[in-house]
Amino acid sequence: MMSQLLSYLSLPLVHLILSLVVILAFLGVNGIVLIYVERKVAGFIQRRPGPYEVGPWGLLQPLADALKLLSKQLVTPMGADKILFWAAPILSFAPVVICFMPMPVSPMFTGMEMNLGLILILAFTSLNVLALCLAGWSSNNKYSLLGAARAVSQSVAYEIPLLITVLAIAFQTGSLNLSEIVASQTKGIWSWNIFVQPIAFIIYIIAVTAETNRAPFDLPEAESELTAGFHTEYAGMHFGLFFLAEYSYMIVVCAVATVLFLGGWHGPFLSGPFWFILKTYALILVLMWFRWTFPRVRFDQLLNICWKWLIPLSLINLVLTALLVKIVR
Amino acid sequence: MTAQPPVDTPLWPLVLYCAIVMILAAFIVILSAFLGQRHRERTTNEPYESGIAPTGSARIRFDIKFYLSAMFFVLFDLEAVFIFAWADAARPLGWTGYIEILIFIAVLLLALFYLWRVGALDWRVEKHRRSKRQVTKVN
Repeated sequence: MMSQLLSYLSLPLVHLILSLVVILAFLGVNGIVLIYVERKVAGFIQRRPGPYEVGPWGLLQPLADALKLLSKQLVTPMGADKILFWAAPILSFAPVVICFMPMPVSPMFTGMEMNLGLILILAFTSLNVLALCLAGWSSNNKYSLLGAARAVSQSVAYEIPLLITVLAIAFQTGSLNLSEIVASQTKGIWSWNIFVQPIAFIIYIIAVTAETNRAPFDLPEAESELTAGFHTEYAGMHFGLFFLAEYSYMIVVCAVATVLFLGGWHGPFLSGPFWFILKTYALILVLMWFRWTFPRVRFDQLLNICWKWLIPLSLINLVLTALLVKIVR
Repeated sequence: MTAQPPVDTPLWPLVLYCAIVMILAAFIVILSAFLGQRHRERTTNEPYESGIAPTGSARIRFDIKFYLSAMFFVLFDLEAVFIFAWADAARPLGWTGYIEILIFIAVLLLALFYLWRVGALDWRVEKHRRSKRQVTKVN
């Protein structure tokens, strides 16, 4: 009976549907948890209670938010490009779900084993910028357009150091397959890449903070200058999808950081999905901590950090990694 | 990256998966369009402009710097792709390949520093400062 079930599981279609259901359920729950955690962390850091009215300790607040979003009108502004306006949130959300496919959550559970898993994730995460571009352009709103212009130039600039640092890790491991990258870090804590390549880790964290438009690099949606940036005109579930996509991107980049630098599912006591999720959420808490610690940078500073520091540093890091790999092997 | 046995993954599940995800995301929006309120007042559809009636076209012109930034991205991202190609074949290429990519990266860095010197990476603030310097020189 059990073996028969397992043989069903290895069918591609069954595996596909199963992964889809698990990933979507996870993303939904993750969105709800992160909204709550973000607001509670903000409250904790600013010495105020955060949400506490709806349910015990405000636990039902995100559910109430989701219901409210679902029941609101989808307003399309006058003069907007309708098709693009409606397509943008979908285009923002869909790629992120695909990014979870090659993620090695545990040795047993991987959506899809593939040689180019890392490239797939990089490709689909960078699709997000297209959605932001469409959203800003089609909204017929000046704030949106400015937000989109900023979002695009920021995301594309930080794409380059991100690619090059990730390449350094892939080069060191000799594989673009995420499972193999994790497998190369299972020889104790000191074999984790964060200790082997600390510079790469720092560059990666800075770059993904900018890529996911999180504070202190949240200029595309800087509320004090641009109202809400590219999603100013979006209401109801349109906005909800953007929001969900943003939180999902956070979890994707943190999961990739876990895989690349923190040894993935490998841990001291019980290796497995438990450690993977723990590390991912720890990184997300660090990103939230950033938001309430650093003031927002100016736009020229933002691009200068990238062009004048991160890109040369990441190139040098790559060259040094290659040299060390050549000498050691 | 060369010695590993190729994992035999058929690609159609991925394509199917993408299609299902797109349909589901569209379904969420359509569901919300059915469930949501429908009211239409005089200013419901007006674009937001801090509470006043919008003036002029929203397709405003923006700084040429954004174009430059995009151009640099295209250039440098292409180079990154070339580096990817090298990394894939680095082991068999050996030291020759390493020296070659070193020259390539050196040229890349030189180009970056050239752009830096020319002032292509400076936004407003620096430009003002430089023009002021030139003015003082003339005087």
